[in-house]
Parts: sequence; C-alpha cells; structure tokens
Amino acid sequence: MNSQHPQLTGAEIIWATLVGEGVDEVFGYPGGAILPAYDALRKFPIHHILVRHEQGAAHMADGYARASGKVGVCIATSGPGATNLVTGIATAMLDSVPIICITGQVGSKVLGSDAFQEVDITGITLPITKHNYLVTRAEDIAPALREAFQIAMSGRPGPVLIDITKDAQQNTATFSFEAAAPAHYRPHPMLQAESSSIQQAIELIQQAKRPIILAGHGIIHSGAEAQVLAFAERQQIPVASTLLGLGAFPTYHALSLGMMGMHGESWVNNAIQQADLLLAFGMRFDDRVTGNLAHYAPNAKKIHIEIDPSEINKNVRADVALIGDLRETLDLLLPLMPKKTDTSWIGEVNAMKGDAAVRDIINLPDNGHLYAAHVINDIWREAHAAGRADQTVIVTDVGQHQMWEAQYYKHDVPRSLITSGGLGTMGFALPAAIGAKVACPEKDVWVIAGDGGFQMTAAELSTIVQEGLAINIAVINNGFLGMVRQWQEAFYEKNYAASPILSPDFVKLAGAHGIDGAHVSERKNVIPTVTKARTSGKPFLINFQVEKEDGVYPMIAPGAALHEMVRRPAADPLLETAEDE
Amino acid sequence: MLHTFVAHVSDKPGVLTRVASLFRRLNINIVSLTVGESERPEVSRMTIVCEAPDHAAHRIRASLYKLEITVDVDEVGRSEAVIRELCLIKVAAGPKTRSQIFELATVFKARVVDLAPESVMLEMTGAASKIEGLIQVLTESGYTILEVSRTGRMAMRRGHHTSRVLKALGTPHSDHSDETSFPEKPDADEILPNEFTGVHEDEA
Ligand SMILES: Cc1ncc(C[n+]2csc(CCOP(=O)(O)OP(=O)(O)O)c2C)c(N)n1
Ligand SMILES: [Mg+2]
Repeated sequence: MNSQHPQLTGAEIIWATLVGEGVDEVFGYPGGAILPAYDALRKFPIHHILVRHEQGAAHMADGYARASGKVGVCIATSGPGATNLVTGIATAMLDSVPIICITGQVGSKVLGSDAFQEVDITGITLPITKHNYLVTRAEDIAPALREAFQIAMSGRPGPVLIDITKDAQQNTATFSFEAAAPAHYRPHPMLQAESSSIQQAIELIQQAKRPIILAGHGIIHSGAEAQVLAFAERQQIPVASTLLGLGAFPTYHALSLGMMGMHGESWVNNAIQQADLLLAFGMRFDDRVTGNLAHYAPNAKKIHIEIDPSEINKNVRADVALIGDLRETLDLLLPLMPKKTDTSWIGEVNAMKGDAAVRDIINLPDNGHLYAAHVINDIWREAHAAGRADQTVIVTDVGQHQMWEAQYYKHDVPRSLITSGGLGTMGFALPAAIGAKVACPEKDVWVIAGDGGFQMTAAELSTIVQEGLAINIAVINNGFLGMVRQWQEAFYEKNYAASPILSPDFVKLAGAHGIDGAHVSERKNVIPTVTKARTSGKPFLINFQVEKEDGVYPMIAPGAALHEMVRRPAADPLLETAEDE
Repeated sequence: MLHTFVAHVSDKPGVLTRVASLFRRLNINIVSLTVGESERPEVSRMTIVCEAPDHAAHRIRASLYKLEITVDVDEVGRSEAVIRELCLIKVAAGPKTRSQIFELATVFKARVVDLAPESVMLEMTGAASKIEGLIQVLTESGYTILEVSRTGRMAMRRGHHTSRVLKALGTPHSDHSDETSFPEKPDADEILPNEFTGVHEDEA
C-alpha cells in the first residue's frame, strides 16, 4: 500500500473514479442500497440529475452519449431501481450506445438470500449489456469502473452495468486512479484488415457500374463522416442512409439519396435493388432495411466494413468483409482508390425519383388539414431559416411521427437525430432529450413524440423544470397509437383494437408543471409557434393536433421485397381536397 | 453438424453463464462442455461441442470473441486434433458374471476402478466412438448398465501449435511463428446463407 494514496470509502471511490474519467453529470434516483454512494455525492464536482423513473435515467444517459459521443452515466438503487433501468439498457444495447449503469446491491453477506430489494441484476442484464460486474469489495470498485469505461467505448460500443454491494460502498480502500487503469485493451483477434481483402475491395469498386454506399450508425460511432464524404465524392458513389445513419452524410449533397428501408423513399430502395455493388459502412442489414432477404439487392456484390465480426454474414452474405474501425479502414482504402469520373449511374438514380418527390405530401398546397409531415418539415425549415439547423438536435419517440421525422427533417450534421432504432422504445424521446440537452446546453433540443409514447415517460417534465432545461416539445397528436393503427388498416381490416388513445390536454399538463405551451391545429400557425418555442429560452410544449388517420408512405409490407413499395394511395380520402399535381 | 470449439476464458465467477447464455441466445444446443484449468493461471480452458448448421461456425466463434471474458477461441473441428473423453460406467455384475467384463475391459483398454458384490465400475478414456463401442458391446452381451457418466469431449491440436493465449500473454513460446491467424473473411464453407429468410412477420 502506498501511503501517498488516500483511504476512501467505496462510495467515495465511485465518485472519485467518475471524476477521473471526466464525468460531470450523472442521472439517477436514490434508494437504500445506493444511499452510501449518495451520502458521498456532494463532496465531488459532479452534478446529479434526479429523474422521475429509473427508465428515464438510462434513456438520459443514452441521449447524453448519443448527443456528445461521451459515455453517459446513470445510477439507481437495488431491486426495483435496477429493474426499472432494464428497458433503457436494452435500448442502448441494440443501438450500440456507450452508457454506464451503476446499481446498488444488498450487502455481500446476504447475496442470494432474497434480502429486501435484492434482485440478480447482473443475471437479468447479461444479454442486454456488453459486459457487467458484481462488485463486493471496496478495492475492486475503481478497477471495475475504469474497465467498464474502456469496454463501453471500445470496439462496438455498448452499455456496461456495475452492481456494487452496500458493504463495498461502506468499506474503505486505498484509492489510486492511475493504479486502477485497465490492464490492456484487448483488441479483437479478428480485427485485422487483411491486405488481400483490401485488394479485393478495390477491384470490386473499380469494376462496379452501379455502386451505392449504405451509411449506418457506425459512421457516427467511428467519427468517419469526413472519410465517407471523401470516399463518395472521389468515387462518385451515391449514399443511402439507415435510420441511425441519418446525419452522417449531408442531405443537401448531390450524392445523398436519403433513407432506405421499410419507410425509405422508393427511389432509394429501387436504386439498391438495381445496384451491382453495395458498400455497407457500419450498418448491419437489419430486417427493417433489407425487406425480404431472398430478393434483396439480387445483382449486387457486397463489401461490408464493420467493427463487429459477428455481424458479417449474419443477414446478408458479404463478398468482401473488412473488419475494423470504419475510419481507419477508409483511411487505408482511400489513397489506394483511383478517382472516378463516370456519373451516368448518378443520373440514372436521379431519374428514378420521377414524380415521387413532386407527389410527396409536402408539396401539396395547404388544404386546411394539418399533416404531421408539414409540422416536421416546418420545424426543420424554421431552424434552417434561423441558421440554427446545425445547432439543433431532434429526439424522436417511436411510431409514425418517427418515420415522418426521418423523411421530412433534413439532417445534415451527425448527432442531430437521436432516436431508438433497434429496440424501438416508446417513451424514449423526452428523457433522451434531457440527456442531450444536459450534454449540449448550447443547442436547441426538440422532442418529437406521439401522443401515445409521450404519456409513457411524461413524468420527466418535472425533471426538466427542476433542472431548468429549455427543451422544446412537439407532441404529434393524432388520437391514435398511429403506427399500430396503420398496420391494422393495412393488414387487419381496419380492426382498430386498442389503438385509439385518449390523452390529457398536453398544454394544461405542461402548465401544471409550470411549462408554457400552445395548441396548433392549422398549418399557418406552425412556424410562428415553433419560433416562439425556440426563442423563449424556457421549456415549451406544442400540441400539434394533426390528421387522425394519416399513413406513413411509401411502405414495404412485411415479407415483401425492397422494391415492392406501397405508395400513398392515389384516392387517399385525406387528400381529396388537395390539388394533386 | 458437430462443431468443436476450444475457448480460453478468464477464470472468474459467472463466466460459464456468459458462455452458456450465448448458446442459448443463438438457440444452439450444447452437446458437451468441459471446463478446467489451462497452462496459464487465471485462464480456464473450455471445450464446447455443439450441434449447429455447417455455416454457423463463424458466427459462434465471433460471438464468443465478443464476450469480454474471452481470451482466445479456436475451432478444432476440421483440424488435426486429439479429441478425448473420460467415461465411468457402472455395470450390474456378480462374482459369476464379472470375468467377461474384465475381458471386454482389456480389449477396450478400460480400467476396472471399483468392484462391489453386485457391480463393476469401469473407467475409460478415448474418442467418443470407442466409448460408445464399449457401451454397445456391454449391452449386447446382456449386461445391465446401471450408470454412465461422461465428461464430454476435450480437444487439443496436434503438433507444435501454440495457442494464442500463450502469445497474448507473452510466454517464451510467443516468438514461435505460428501465423494461422483468423481470416477476417470467412472461408467459403463458413459463409452463412440467408438463414433468416421469413423472419419478417413481426409487428410494428
Ligand atoms: C414500449 C413500446 N410498446 C409498444 C410498442 C409498439 N408500438 C410501436 S409504434 C406504436 C404506436 C405509437 O403511438 P404514438 O406514440 O401515438 O405515435 P404515432 O405512431 O401515433 O406517431 C406502438 C404501440 C413500442 N414500440 N414500444
Ligand atoms: Mg399517436
């Protein structure tokens, strides 16, 4: 033992280690088994944000991490506190978001005895964490926490949980941040880009006549936006995005196609179906982007650049797999690629757009109806006009409004869209937005949530007020669990079982929290109200009363191939009054 | 088909659960699993035999690597390896019927490790097929088998193959140039076809 290192309690070691790792904020909720840690909290320069439900704490840590690229930290007590984190942890796991969850646990002497508020949280979270720890000794806290930070951030990022018994928090140990450093980063033995594969990739790219880049979340995780841009420009390859890849490639760029998949634009999906080469950059061929795998991009060779070897050949067979960090791999590849000038394929792809863009709902003149697409597009236009688009973060919930957001909001910078893609967790938006605002107080943060999902975690309105966070909230109120209603309309003969939903007056609900708000049901009021919210310097809620039975189009039915897209019905009764074309 | 993996994992509580949970999640049945100490302190060696489609090997190996407790994974299925299993067999036999069992044991290179008035216990080490052979002969000879306990397979590559765990840990062997590194592009026979066709029935 080194006398120059202090003796600290385990509780103090938790905070001291977090401070050492550069943590300024944590999201949490106290309780018996974590009280020793809370007792020590105020000795350390860490701001604790008290949530209203631990699910919120996990989503906040998640939103914080997605907005900032840093690790988000949440903390909860044992038993119900820990189990309440579960949905948030799974959400982070499926989208590869680095968060650290600290939970209190009953004393080590009574572990396994069904003590009050004991739950086997390391067992419960085994399949939804990248790794987890049960720590029973004060001296093990710092090494476990430091290793947890390394694991959360390295390779394919993900959530790590550390369960710390009450006695480990109460006992003392010598603390040295340096001595607790993780032994060594274990590089994946499969992570070696082989020169023969690089060569094969170059040949495939050179031979390709109709290549497309599939831009995924991995670009943002890897910080490879500039490399992807350079690659696309140099090779004149159009770029299609996954939902979580939005923002990785600027939408205004001539090579930007837009979102692919179930609710992607038809030309994007058609282009993928006609491609002869797909360059998958940090994406995993999720079923929501491939449609029926048997008919997916039948003529295309596939080059898969991916950091997680278990993703290779999982859903789609790769002709060449380059396993490794995307930015490093592209840096390796880029100088070896001769420049291309043939732009005929880009012309073809653009021609595929046809009248789809013109017939789009956004181009319809005001017909007295308020469509969610209009609201979302106007939120973007307002930010853009104010020169704030690059400084705006949109956090969506899950449902129709989420898909409309992806279609009608133009994301030109990374981390400007935060959304639950893999797990599709309703209730995500409000708490994740709190995390994003805490991480980026200088940015404008908008929640775009449905009337259903907003009610799942609306209790966090109170957190916003307690923390004085100027978050803007747009509730897309269609009186339905809209995405469910759309599926019932399309596949269950309009049997709207349990999809109509009653909501409180959201503006009054906001008012009860001391939050200003407004109702908007006419298009002409959208932009002025959005401006008012954005410039108020305080939290603001807008209840957008939109068309009840609107649908997200285009759409691929389950089991259908990517090019078998269903367009907005021509005789859509909603649009009858609109002057089509 | 049967796949045999040798995994070096850190020797800590809960490690077995992590490995087992991975197979459960992939919906793959573990045929046998042996765990014990290895040549290194704090590193256990597991031999895992599982029944899975031919093409699943890459996915299993890559998934094993994703566990933070994994140091090294080798698939020994298709390589030159010694694969052994230990088996204890208790056979019902009295003083009169024992002698033929002793003969069979000699033929199969099994050892008699316990002799009781009404039973004989045999110990045998060998390839699974040999053990199954002994069990079959005993049964066909009319003996009643009371108990069988098999350890499951253990595997080790033949020749001077230094496991990467030794290299990673910097042992004296580490300079030995064994460059059988994992190809980052799977072999043709490891390519997975579209095994998830028809999974799109899920709801919104
Ligand atoms: C926690 C959770 N429960 C259920 C679902 C299934 N689900 C997906 S979208 C949706 C409807 C969402 O309704 P709303 O929040 O009003 O948004 P809208 O689709 O109307 O825009 C439901 C119930 C889910 N994704 N998450
Ligand atoms: Mg709704």
